[in-house]
Amino acid sequence: MIPVGFDYARPDSVDAALALIAEHGEDATILAGGHSLLPVMKLRLAAPELVIDIGRLTELNYIRVDGDDVAIGAGSRHREVEVSEVLATEVPLLPAVARTVGDPQVRHRGTIGGSLAHADPASDLPAAVLALNGMVVLRSPRGERSVPITQFYTGVFSTVKEPDELIVEIRVPRAGAQLSQGWAFEKFTRRANDWAIVGVAVVDGRVGLVNMGSTPLRASATEAALADGASIEDAAALADQATDPPADTAATPQYRRHLAKVLTRRALQTASGG
Amino acid sequence: MSTRAKVEITVNGRPTSADVEPRLLLVHYLRDTVGLKATNIGCDTTSCGACTVLLDGESVKSCTVLAVQADQQSVTTLEGLAELSPGGEPHPMVRAFRAEHGLQCGFCTPGMVLAAVSLLAEHPDPTERDVREGLEGNLCRCTGYHNIVRAVLSAAGKDPDAEQRREAESDAARIAPAFSTGEAGA
Ligand SMILES: Cc1cc2nc3c(=O)[nH]c(=O)nc-3n(C[C@H](O)[C@H](O)[C@H](O)COP(=O)(O)OP(=O)(O)OC[C@H]3O[C@@H](n4cnc5c(N)ncnc54)[C@H](O)[C@@H]3O)c2cc1C
Ligand code: FES
Ligand code: FES
Repeated sequence: MIPVGFDYARPDSVDAALALIAEHGEDATILAGGHSLLPVMKLRLAAPELVIDIGRLTELNYIRVDGDDVAIGAGSRHREVEVSEVLATEVPLLPAVARTVGDPQVRHRGTIGGSLAHADPASDLPAAVLALNGMVVLRSPRGERSVPITQFYTGVFSTVKEPDELIVEIRVPRAGAQLSQGWAFEKFTRRANDWAIVGVAVVDGRVGLVNMGSTPLRASATEAALADGASIEDAAALADQATDPPADTAATPQYRRHLAKVLTRRALQTASGG
Repeated sequence: MSTRAKVEITVNGRPTSADVEPRLLLVHYLRDTVGLKATNIGCDTTSCGACTVLLDGESVKSCTVLAVQADQQSVTTLEGLAELSPGGEPHPMVRAFRAEHGLQCGFCTPGMVLAAVSLLAEHPDPTERDVREGLEGNLCRCTGYHNIVRAVLSAAGKDPDAEQRREAESDAARIAPAFSTGEAGA
């Protein structure tokens, strides 16, 4: 499968990339790791006229403590998230989730910024960042803004990101001493390197759901029950409330509802050290 | 549309360059432009790993990388593995695949070997489970996984028999007592 022909640019800075996006508008597409975009282009479901490659901008490649947050450059590869010592200490959920994305070859290429931008509800990292109450930092020629991830997603493959904006950074609060209720990630797949049929990320009593609706979701009813002192079993039984899980060849919506409850219970038990 | 772009890629230690269409996939660059045919195309959908090569030392699926993305970088294919090994000997991973009979039809083998080299670079002291999980991106249609895993363990300097026995025992210990396990063994 060969993509439709396109022009290719590899600007050497974020500013140069932003200028190119501004100049070419909807004819241009950003390429980061290419592990969502290239498959779509090979199927000819996307045919941009210009591909702007930001995959080698070292400016976007860092993971560092910044005040009360860890700041992650959008260009950080899944593998870099997986082995980051800063994240291992400050936000251990993220390396654990990154480790389950695809396979090693996919993790050597795919980036956290690309994963968040692509907005596939079956992706793991968006639900994890959602459970972490993270922020998405967007930059355009008009300036920079930070959007809480709770307000970032608007539907399948769609976000509040404007066409001339790049995701430059993802910020997640440092866990440190605040992490009173632990963390865990449960991902249910049929084959080793598959996408989640359902995934559940738990951190500090917050619950993010993978593949339970058109966007990553929080299991709000579970969170509220936990805050009111409900048992893990009782709280987890509410995990599918206000979700709208998809039907596909892997599972029916009913089965996904069942999985969400079981995986939420397991994740909460692991997070509580049980 | 589609202005050609010049790429310079070091392949197996040698400089290569060409004017290519930006849509050219790295696997086609390697096979058709450079003429190195060891890298196979299996699924063409990032699933099977047959097209795995090393890009600056890390395993990637070359059906999902554009040649232009590898510009100014270095690629290692199966043909070049000998160069990573002292004295021009076959690479230790290649020797281990031969010794453990880690291939049947051989179609998955180039990708499997390169994925394994990358795995050991990141994980020099793997358990059996680490090897199986580390090769999750590579499919063998002949289902020759048993000997492939043994080959990788042996290339890591481990005793495949001992590692597989240990893994079988720990598997057995994880299974509920009421569950019939049959004969646990490598
Ligand atoms: C075989 C396979 C298995 C996979 N398994 C999983 C899995 O189990 N779980 C999972 O979560 N994911 C999985 N993925 C997807 C993988 O994680 C992708 O890497 C990721 O979704 C996209 O990141 P990327 O850097 O490759 O983005 P690209 O493919 O380069 O881009 C994706 C989209 O995001 C846009 N974009 C990229 N970066 C930015 C940015 N900084 N700012 C604005 N827009 C941007 C692009 O324009 C494009 O529309 C899998 C992929 C493959 C091929
Ligand atoms: S041919 Fe590239 S992964 Fe199958
Ligand atoms: S040896 Fe035949 S596909 Fe693996």
